Amino acid sequence: MIAEVEYEPVIGLEIHVQLKTRTKMFCSCELSFGDEPNVHTCPRCLGLPGTLPVVNALAVHYGIMIGLALGCEIAPRSQFHRKNYFYPDLPKGYQISQYDVPICGPGRLGDVRIHRVHLEEDAAKLVHVGESGRIHSADRSVVDFNRGGTPLAEIVTEPDLHSADDAREWLTLLRTTLRAIGVSDVNMEEGSLRCDANVSLRPKGSTTLGTKTELKNMNSFRFLAQGVKAEIERQTKLLRSGQEVSQETLHYDPASGRITSLRSKEEAHDYRYFPEPDLVPLVVDDAMLEAARAELPELPSARAERFEQTFGLPRDRARDLAFRTELGDFYEAALAAGGADADPIAVANWIPALVERIGSDADPASSKVSPGALAALAGMVAAKSVNQTAAREVLTMLVASGGDPAPIIEREGLGAIDAQDSGLAEIVAAAIAADPGAAEKIRGGNMKATGPLVGYVMRETKGRADGAEITRLIREQLGL
Amino acid sequence: MSAVLLDLTAAAAAAAVKAGELDPAELHELYRGRAAADQLNAFSWVAPEAGADDFKRDTPLAGVPLGVKDLFCTEGVPTQSGSKILEGYRPPYTATVVEKLFDAGATLLGKTNQDEFAMGSSNENCAFGPVFNPWDPTRVPGGSSGGSAAAVAGGLVPWALGTDTGGSIRQPAAFCGIVGLKPTYGSCSRYGMIAFASSLDQAGPLTRDVTDSALLFSHMVGQDANDSTSLAFPEEIRLPTAHDLKGIRIGVPEELLGAEGGIDPGVRASFEATLELARKLGATVTPCQLPHAPHALSAYYIIAPAEASANLARFDGVRYGLRVDGDGDLTSMYSRTRAAGFGPEVKRRIMLGTYALSSGYYDAYYGTAQRVRTKIADDFKTAFADVDFIVTPTAPSTAFELGAKSADPLAMYLNDFCTVPMSLAGIPAISIPSGLSEGLPVGFQLAGPAFSENRLLNAAFALESAIGFDGSPARGGVAK
Repeated sequence: MIAEVEYEPVIGLEIHVQLKTRTKMFCSCELSFGDEPNVHTCPRCLGLPGTLPVVNALAVHYGIMIGLALGCEIAPRSQFHRKNYFYPDLPKGYQISQYDVPICGPGRLGDVRIHRVHLEEDAAKLVHVGESGRIHSADRSVVDFNRGGTPLAEIVTEPDLHSADDAREWLTLLRTTLRAIGVSDVNMEEGSLRCDANVSLRPKGSTTLGTKTELKNMNSFRFLAQGVKAEIERQTKLLRSGQEVSQETLHYDPASGRITSLRSKEEAHDYRYFPEPDLVPLVVDDAMLEAARAELPELPSARAERFEQTFGLPRDRARDLAFRTELGDFYEAALAAGGADADPIAVANWIPALVERIGSDADPASSKVSPGALAALAGMVAAKSVNQTAAREVLTMLVASGGDPAPIIEREGLGAIDAQDSGLAEIVAAAIAADPGAAEKIRGGNMKATGPLVGYVMRETKGRADGAEITRLIREQLGL
Repeated sequence: MSAVLLDLTAAAAAAAVKAGELDPAELHELYRGRAAADQLNAFSWVAPEAGADDFKRDTPLAGVPLGVKDLFCTEGVPTQSGSKILEGYRPPYTATVVEKLFDAGATLLGKTNQDEFAMGSSNENCAFGPVFNPWDPTRVPGGSSGGSAAAVAGGLVPWALGTDTGGSIRQPAAFCGIVGLKPTYGSCSRYGMIAFASSLDQAGPLTRDVTDSALLFSHMVGQDANDSTSLAFPEEIRLPTAHDLKGIRIGVPEELLGAEGGIDPGVRASFEATLELARKLGATVTPCQLPHAPHALSAYYIIAPAEASANLARFDGVRYGLRVDGDGDLTSMYSRTRAAGFGPEVKRRIMLGTYALSSGYYDAYYGTAQRVRTKIADDFKTAFADVDFIVTPTAPSTAFELGAKSADPLAMYLNDFCTVPMSLAGIPAISIPSGLSEGLPVGFQLAGPAFSENRLLNAAFALESAIGFDGSPARGGVAK
């Protein structure tokens, strides 16, 4: 039997981000989402004859901020181009974009190199009128130009990702970074963050790239991961059966899990790019760079590093907190509320339990749990005044109705039993008496046999006793 | 009285209104009557009767009527750019330059016919019929601003606006025996001008004399926030006063006067006579070199169609203008609409431009043409180190007969041999009538460095006085 070739997936992403400016990229119409169709339009964004584009200064500012956040070189002079193709969502018959001289050159975010970032305008939205809402069975299509002309930053990575999960995780970091710098809502469901993936396979160890396919517009993090996974499987099957991957643009349907071809390489558009003669080159001077730099907050990757260095968090925990801004913010708020007594590691350990209870996408700041309450709870666990099991119960109650942990523990009688004056020694003695066989095994050196005895004590104390203290008492009473 | 009124230049008429000697309503009615009885097909639309309050008497232009080339957007007034695809189109806004002239007191008399989308040198490429030359209605008025030139020369309007991309103001001015100024690229806003070739299009005046040219131009210039390629003119435009050319150095470019330009003997004779006059006025006349100028036409017929192919993509039948519905998909609607809406010359240039920008041909055509353009601009810079102005005949011939060159596009393109180099270099040039050849006007072109309009107008004014050209027979013309 011949060993099957192991393939390594090679993935690059192209991400379109709608910028959160007040007005459109080349006119002064307001940005909108979900408004009545065609109310945010003007002669410019409708492409009426004689109109000319005027670059949105804030969009340029955001473009520079993105570049700086991704460690990119900022081009002192970049150029807009016309990308020509006919479609009803493109009122001028061309999209103003950037081509050979984008505003941001090479950079890096996390483990992935950034190829470039450029500015462009969004197309309008086609609505297919008919029962299914899909283009093929539509009676007719209508155009809503509200979205047309919305500023976009297109971020293109190098092919540095090697699994669907890596792609998803990196995109999460990108989203957090963009959200942290405040340039976009970065909401995939609403379309303010859109992602295409270029996928190819190569034999493990090889350094040459295989033929790639482009997977278009996956509109959630989950679908991105599913789509890329499905495409990797499809290509693997093709290659294993001796066939070739053909270069084409694909669509992943999350409902059926199927991948269909949108167009082949032969059908690819010739966009006939040429420099946009209606705009002068985009010059970024030192003052613009400085202004963008001054507005950058601490970036998620820097924050993760600080959590590691300053608070001693393990790398993964630090990233989990820092790569979701709202978690990092809640964590730091809890530390601040806890004051000098707060133990950063103990507090950090309680964030995942909180997330589990409020839902993985929810912002803890909008839950009923105050940062102070979480810090207090973590402090009480660390001080052994409540044990882990009971504390989890307390957290559930905090999520349900808010408040402070201390009165809840008091009211529910969940406080840890004090070893000295709670009669814990008597309960331990009773446990040994009830299970002489276990006691015998322990004396014989089998420490695993403490399990049943600890379980007995926990039952008797309704889980409020401290496990380590029970073990200590067992050993003491058995004279070990 | 009307014959006297008809003889007033626009500047003289404005002065008479301000002095209380002339009622602008009377002037307007005189011209309105003549324009409405237009036998030259110079107008595509004539204003309805105006009310007494419609005239801004206390303004620099004092209500004097103005003809406006069809491609300038005028709110609520038909703006068709000579094309069937825009038949009946009424824009919702007014071009900046027109708005500025209205603010300065000009009154809109009518919209003037032109070659379709300004593509042509004879006004025969007009969806609404050819325009006739008032000097001889069997001949063309030149193009593409032929309607404006014919209307001014025929006494149908005191002055008019045109646009010049490769000679579209200067050549019709020459053919009709009037003054045409193509200003420095960027000195007048292009906002609201239906674009032909964005990097070349410039608005400019067509007038009976140089003073009118300076007066109209002085109210057109200025940077416009709506046009990123517009520039602040470095000085105020003054009315010309020079009576001699003492100390002025005039260069005659050998490359444009050779056999390639195909200059008619009668045109050459008038040109030589004008050079002699210039010497008498105190100028020194020397040969100068523009080594790359003979390639200007080739570069122009790549760059202009390339830009046009994108500029005209918006005429797709989706939002405004002509739409030819029928069976089939979106692409067939596009094809039907554009096949029916565009004339043959427009289609030819769209095809040329699309080809020149195609993948694999871009650098060979568009790239090379841009490099030639840079060299031509450098040639002018070098030449202007030694001379103040460069002069040529405006066009190689006088007005030719209708249909004479329709079947031969290349012969038609050669009309612009002497005007296109200045367009590519973005520098100002003016055409003034230098006399008659076989009863038809001949144009004399003076070009200067960027922003030299004041000096250029002064030199043209001094020459104009010395030439003493009498355009008045034409104003009797066919519109008698």
